[in-house]
Amino acid sequence: MTKVLIDLDQVGMTYEAASGPVEALAGITSAIGAGEFVSLVGPSGCGKSTLLRIVAGLRPATSGTVAVSGRAVTQPIPDIGMVFQAPILLKWRSILENVLLPAELAGKDAKALRPRAEQLLEMAGLGGFGPKLPRELSGGMQQRAALCRALLLDPPLLLMDEPFGALDAMTRDDMALELLRIWGEKDLAQEARKTVLFVTHSIPEAVFLSDRVLVMSARPGRIAADLRIDLPRPRTVELRASEAFGKLTLEIFRALTGRTEGAAGTA
Amino acid sequence: MTKFSSLSRQYWPTIALFAFLLACWQLAVSLGGIREYLLPSPLSVWNALWHSEIGWSQHLWTTTIEIIGAFLLAAVVGVALGVAIAWSPLIANALVPFLVFVNTLPKVAIAPLFLIWMGYGIFPNMLMGALIGFFPVVINTAVGLSQVEADMLDLGRVFNAPKWKIFAKIRIPNALPYILSALKITATAAVVGAIVGEFVASQKGLGYVITTTQSSMNTAVAFAALIWISIVGLLLYGAVVLLAQLWAPWAEGVD
Ligand SMILES: Nc1ncnc2c1ncn2[C@@H]1O[C@H](COP(=O)(O)OP(=O)(O)O)[C@@H](O)[C@H]1O
Ligand SMILES: [Mg+2]
Repeated sequence: MTKVLIDLDQVGMTYEAASGPVEALAGITSAIGAGEFVSLVGPSGCGKSTLLRIVAGLRPATSGTVAVSGRAVTQPIPDIGMVFQAPILLKWRSILENVLLPAELAGKDAKALRPRAEQLLEMAGLGGFGPKLPRELSGGMQQRAALCRALLLDPPLLLMDEPFGALDAMTRDDMALELLRIWGEKDLAQEARKTVLFVTHSIPEAVFLSDRVLVMSARPGRIAADLRIDLPRPRTVELRASEAFGKLTLEIFRALTGRTEGAAGTA
Repeated sequence: MTKFSSLSRQYWPTIALFAFLLACWQLAVSLGGIREYLLPSPLSVWNALWHSEIGWSQHLWTTTIEIIGAFLLAAVVGVALGVAIAWSPLIANALVPFLVFVNTLPKVAIAPLFLIWMGYGIFPNMLMGALIGFFPVVINTAVGLSQVEADMLDLGRVFNAPKWKIFAKIRIPNALPYILSALKITATAAVVGAIVGEFVASQKGLGYVITTTQSSMNTAVAFAALIWISIVGLLLYGAVVLLAQLWAPWAEGVD
């Protein structure tokens, strides 16, 4: 592994809810290398979104330490791209203006970034949709626009929370390939790639995309397994049908369900 | 042309019913022997509307200015208070109970006090309209400013955007449909307030005209004044609806 970008040390998170404390995360320890594509899978409510927020500095952990690029995270960290489960586009702004929003919020020159925004839209198959309002686009197209927005400032770290959750299966597979292309799986050396922390519910998606998959246990979320995905890159659609792919999928399924026997089909 | 014909297809029952009622009214008055001071016939209302020694234009002008003034005052003060409430919890804690108290007062009952404090004139009537109409604007502004998806706000924090920028780029546009929806209520309230103010104290205006007809028994003029008031009210309401469509076309069906 190359140099460590995200260092999680005994990270715990307990929410103070009205009904009492909710322990969402406990003892999360892991190191994520620069340029690594890491997926988080785990049952609903195991703290995946919480962990992403903690890494982004949007919420402080209640125990343990988080460091990004060697610096302790105490407030929102700069230079990240975030994609949420919903596209959360501003409905009064055109798609292009939405993609340019990070520039405006961060006080950068939005005009100068316009060509880049247009190029990103083009790449995401949204060329010509720039002047449209979000409601004129399908859910999948909106989510692609949200991805463009996250990429606008070319952040070295991408945090993605079930970004393809709302898409139909076909679009989803297309987006996965697109994401890998943007990530530079074909043309960039690992050090030059973005670091991606990717939350998903889909085990095959995690296997297809990742260098590593972290499997989390039910609440309080702990890392139940840390699996390396040694499949060749660039990943292809055919790979999904291979035996190695199936084996890894099954292994993650077992880690996730805590079963040691039986096949995925018995779930 | 197709638009016109579809509109006429939609509204012809309304128009037909209206014409029918007018005709019944006219017949009832002219054949049924109802006295003019009790219920003037449509024809005499029509005459009063155009040929009257009243001098409609000055009254129309006065009341229109009062209504527009009341509306603008309510809009500006309402939005400002709403922004202040959403901006700081301290201000919200200080202001909200007070505003709720003011809102529970029967505003109409305050009108005589306005007369004592400010005498006759356009301004107290404007103020009455504004007083009746500002509260929904405050509430809707504050609600619209705070009803922003948590993820959207996180997005702002990710880029370290200062608070005023979050307001300018996210919260205020988000609140716009809420504000415009409240302004439709305010448009109606401004009319009520201005007329109530004129009832209590005035020497000009359509509300004043109505009060004078009480002694003169010129009921046709009162009806005519009523028609003028509703025309001003409808125009203002229509302007707000138009503004909403122009300004927040994304917000169809918010209200
Ligand atoms: N703001 C909050 N206040 C209280 N409890 C919360 C809050 N956010 C999340 N939780 C709880 O923490 C747990 C983890 O939530 P989350 O991180 O969203 O899980 P996941 O993304 O894996 O589905 C859940 O049980 C959830 O109910
Ligand atoms: Mg989640």
